[in-house]
Amino acid sequence: MAFCQSGPAMGYSIFSLIRHALTGNRHWTPVWRDPEPKEFYDTIMVGRGGHGLSTAYYLAKEHGVTDVAVVEKGYLGSGNVGRNTTIIRSNYLLPHNTHFYEKSLQLWEGLEQDINYNAMVSQRGVLNLYHSDSQRDAYARRGNAMRLAGADSELLDREQVRAMVPGLDMENGRFPIRGGLLQRRGGNVRHDAVAWGYARAADRRGVDMLQNTEVIGIRVEGGRVKGVETTRGFIGANRVGLAAAGNSSRVAAMAGLRLPIETHVLQAFVSEAVKPLVHQVVTYGAGHFYISQSDKGGLVFGGDLDGYSSYAQRGNLPLVEDVMESAVQLFPQVSRLRYLRQWGGVMDMSMDGSPIIDRTPIEGLFLNCGWCYGGFKATPASGWCFAHTIATGTAHALNAGFRLDRFATGAVLSEAGHGAQPNKH
Amino acid sequence: MRIDCPHCGERGSAEFSYLGAADPKRPAANASAEAWHDYVYLRENPAGPLRELWQHVHGCRQWLVVTRDTRNHLVLGVEVCRGRAV
Ligand SMILES: Cc1cc2nc3c(=O)[nH]c(=O)nc-3n(C[C@H](O)[C@H](O)[C@H](O)COP(=O)(O)OP(=O)(O)OC[C@H]3O[C@@H](n4cnc5c(N)ncnc54)[C@H](O)[C@@H]3O)c2cc1C
Ligand SMILES: [Zn+2]
Repeated sequence: MAFCQSGPAMGYSIFSLIRHALTGNRHWTPVWRDPEPKEFYDTIMVGRGGHGLSTAYYLAKEHGVTDVAVVEKGYLGSGNVGRNTTIIRSNYLLPHNTHFYEKSLQLWEGLEQDINYNAMVSQRGVLNLYHSDSQRDAYARRGNAMRLAGADSELLDREQVRAMVPGLDMENGRFPIRGGLLQRRGGNVRHDAVAWGYARAADRRGVDMLQNTEVIGIRVEGGRVKGVETTRGFIGANRVGLAAAGNSSRVAAMAGLRLPIETHVLQAFVSEAVKPLVHQVVTYGAGHFYISQSDKGGLVFGGDLDGYSSYAQRGNLPLVEDVMESAVQLFPQVSRLRYLRQWGGVMDMSMDGSPIIDRTPIEGLFLNCGWCYGGFKATPASGWCFAHTIATGTAHALNAGFRLDRFATGAVLSEAGHGAQPNKH
Repeated sequence: MRIDCPHCGERGSAEFSYLGAADPKRPAANASAEAWHDYVYLRENPAGPLRELWQHVHGCRQWLVVTRDTRNHLVLGVEVCRGRAV
């Protein structure tokens, strides 16, 4: 074996790291190919975010479907997979959601071995604070629902929270902290590494990654999908899977479909680096706010949607103010920090706050969307279930509730119970 | 983002609350389940100009139809919402 080669054919290991360190890291080679589009693929995935990539990977790995292209209008990680705040958890209430997200958490736990890539899966715990008796009761119920679905949860009292997160302002005059619901197996994962890791793993199984290739049309003949028109020409396919996140409505409209989706902007923030302050992911129960700390020391935090339809990938100042106020309510000491960066991503907000992984009325055309602001944690299970649905033509039990027609049949899955008002989920 | 209220003048968006697309028309009470499904759940969700309902809650409390470009948040027009149930 050549001393310095570590191309796509080789796995990563401590030995390859040492070898490359000793040769000044000058000999790393690209980890995936940049192929020309073929005229025809068995299956085309539209959108190379986390979900398009994981679907391609599990199509190849679980179902032996390797004649696959993943078509992306931008570069790898240009969408929400590279813009989120990296939180993973399975602390849902409704059975369809708890089982699905618990499957996802289990896939995260084995992901790095599976794809031979360090995705920095860090199960540092997700702590949802409660501030009143009724909120404690609601969290106790949620925690019980989680345990019934096989997930872990612990209800902490005020002293346990104080000991676990010493930086919190427990005695906040308006919203004193009474305790929290903790999921120890939740945490963070390095989002870019998830995109890179799945891309490399899918490429090694023969999947073609086509970047800078925008889908501008979907060809349908006699109720059956025939392929996609792209900025690099027509590419034929037996099956097409849509995983375009915030752009789902636009892509689906190319096939004549109208979706129960509104696109909204969500912002996130990173502060200057400080010494360790928060070791978990902490969410505020009296405002829409959550925070964690990156390995570099920056505080990573975010809050609510801006609240109006947007494809702009940037938000406005009222929300910035709201998020900063919440930060200072929970951790008064951060009032003296500067924030370094801020950005926005466009979210595919479904009408009930839950996702869609399903077939469509068009034969061979499949749909994956409606991830709202929580689709990063879903990346492994979404791909796993979508691959199953595409390969077998039927939903797996885990995504059987995520049907497109549930709005017509009345079987909606609303965790928050706000009705068809996406900016309220 | 600022919205030019016909009654109060140009105000910051934080004074307003958002309902969503203005064009879906409420069907008759006895319309088909399909028509109601379309109205309640399906959206055009365009990337570009969108007519939408905003209420000036911290001002005159009027409902407004705001035409706004969803790609860059430019407000293209504002009218008072008349003659319809919101
Ligand atoms: C600020 C922010 C914070 C978030 N925090 C969290 C969090 O902490 N935890 C969590 O679970 N989730 C979080 N999310 C949500 C999560 O990021 C998304 O739900 C998830 O990434 C969406 O799936 P994806 O990765 O496949 O999307 P994307 O990465 O957006 O992939 C979709 C891809 O489709 C491509 N595309 C669109 N149209 C076309 C076309 N016509 N032709 C070709 N390609 C096209 C896009 O370019 C894009 O790359 C957050 C999102 C944001 C914006
Ligand atoms: Zn007014």
